[in-house]
Amino acid sequence: MGEYVLLMKKSITFPDRWSMFFKQLIKEIYKLGVDSLWIVIIISAFIGTVIAIQISLNISSPLIPKFTIGYTTREIILLEFSSSIMCLILAGKVGSNIASEIGTMRVTEQIDAMEIMGVNSANFLILPKIIGMMVFIPVLVIFSMFIGILGGIAASYSTSTGMTPASFEFGLQFYFTQFYVWYSIIKSIVYAFLISSIASYFGYNVKGGALEVGKASTNAVVMSSIMILLADVILTHIMLT
Amino acid sequence: MIEVKNIIKSFDGRVVLNNISAIFEDGKTNLIIGRSGSGKTVLIKDIIGLIRPDSGEILYDGRDLISMSKKELNKLRREMGMLFQGSALFDSMTVLENVMFPLDMFSNASAAERRKRAQFCLDRVNLSDAEDLYPSEISGGMMKRAAIARAIALNPKYLFCDEPNSGLDPKTSLLIDDLIHDITVEYNMTTVINTHDMNSVMNIGDNIIFIREGVKEWQGNKEEVITSRNKALNDFIFASDLAKKVREVEEKESKHG
Ligand SMILES: Nc1ncnc2c1ncn2[C@@H]1O[C@H](COP(=O)(O)OP(=O)(O)O)[C@@H](O)[C@H]1O
Ligand SMILES: [Mg+2]
Repeated sequence: MGEYVLLMKKSITFPDRWSMFFKQLIKEIYKLGVDSLWIVIIISAFIGTVIAIQISLNISSPLIPKFTIGYTTREIILLEFSSSIMCLILAGKVGSNIASEIGTMRVTEQIDAMEIMGVNSANFLILPKIIGMMVFIPVLVIFSMFIGILGGIAASYSTSTGMTPASFEFGLQFYFTQFYVWYSIIKSIVYAFLISSIASYFGYNVKGGALEVGKASTNAVVMSSIMILLADVILTHIMLT
Repeated sequence: MIEVKNIIKSFDGRVVLNNISAIFEDGKTNLIIGRSGSGKTVLIKDIIGLIRPDSGEILYDGRDLISMSKKELNKLRREMGMLFQGSALFDSMTVLENVMFPLDMFSNASAAERRKRAQFCLDRVNLSDAEDLYPSEISGGMMKRAAIARAIALNPKYLFCDEPNSGLDPKTSLLIDDLIHDITVEYNMTTVINTHDMNSVMNIGDNIIFIREGVKEWQGNKEEVITSRNKALNDFIFASDLAKKVREVEEKESKHG
């Protein structure tokens, strides 16, 4: 924990060269963010569809109006799925990517090579990843919200589920709270920081060889997932109660 | 000139460097030799400040590295170049980008001038053709040369090489040794090389420090290394059959003559 704080202190300072920082930042946004777009789209579309179908199958009582299906689907996607669940998945993809990249640089002495040049390696390698993730993960989250809800709408066209597109859309608009979107975005920014900083920490402190790099990337995913869940509870408590 | 005084370093209570003192001279290839595990890498990392010794002094032309502030150390580091054992090229960058990296970080020259300097360095190590290739696309010998080009990009006063020949065939090894030696003389650098390769010792051993189990056993040059009567040094040098044969022949000749 102390080591983690020290590494963050070393990372989060003004870059030696802004031009190099921005070059790295663009690279990271592409590599970590844009490359995650497809996985976000696929998962959000399918889960949005399945959530809508399952809710419609579970709410079969004639006393509950049909638009509840659309309403509930929206709440699940906006409040929890597109932020927390999506970031848990990204922790697996992006977290392991970051930890293994930095870990490999550590064991092949690339980090030493930077240090010996007088470059603050932590700042050069880690800061662009943290900023890049904090900028781009909210974008992915908004994408996920749209696609997830589109998935739900698609499900409402299926006759076997007892939904109608009209009732579903009415449900989608029913009691819409804009703050829930902000709540999700704020959560995702915190998760982005947790994923990138924790994964960087595990990668930066690898000792040994390729085997240890693999272990570090697994540990990074496990630890950042746990921290995401913990942060979810804390942030929900602070913002919604 | 780099002067190392009474360096002691231990890891978890185990002494790895035991009171090492040595002088590394300008315009010469200074070799640190010894078996694997004798502490060569730890010593070179101490000298460049990647590891902090438990006690001792490391003087760069009189400036003590250990008592320096972070800022002074970073300034000194711009006068250092280092060739790592595995080359340590940045694998997300092309060969040219690798050589440009130190320039991009620290030089105030224009982009075109930085590029020209990097290309000059690549040309110096005969690697102009590989400019746009990635480290994974070139051979071990080319990686070493690219790493040398990167190390000399900022015109360093001090050059450090950790096992520059590891993983190379004998002929490529000689080429790398000669390149390092030529550059050292050309730019009057203080070059410190870790090696256990006897070919290098005989080829470029201007000043040789032999360490055994963390203790400096012997110091001399490539002529003295053969005639030395130090038992441990002899065991190390004549470990190969070829070297033994050479010595036998030489002794016979000196008896006859
Ligand atoms: N970071 C470290 N922690 C603990 N022991 C180390 C560390 N680095 C090196 N050693 C030990 O120091 C000794 C010398 O290692 P090294 O300098 O790498 O040898 P070599 O002469 O082959 O370069 C070895 O026994 C090695 O295990
Ligand atoms: Mg070594």
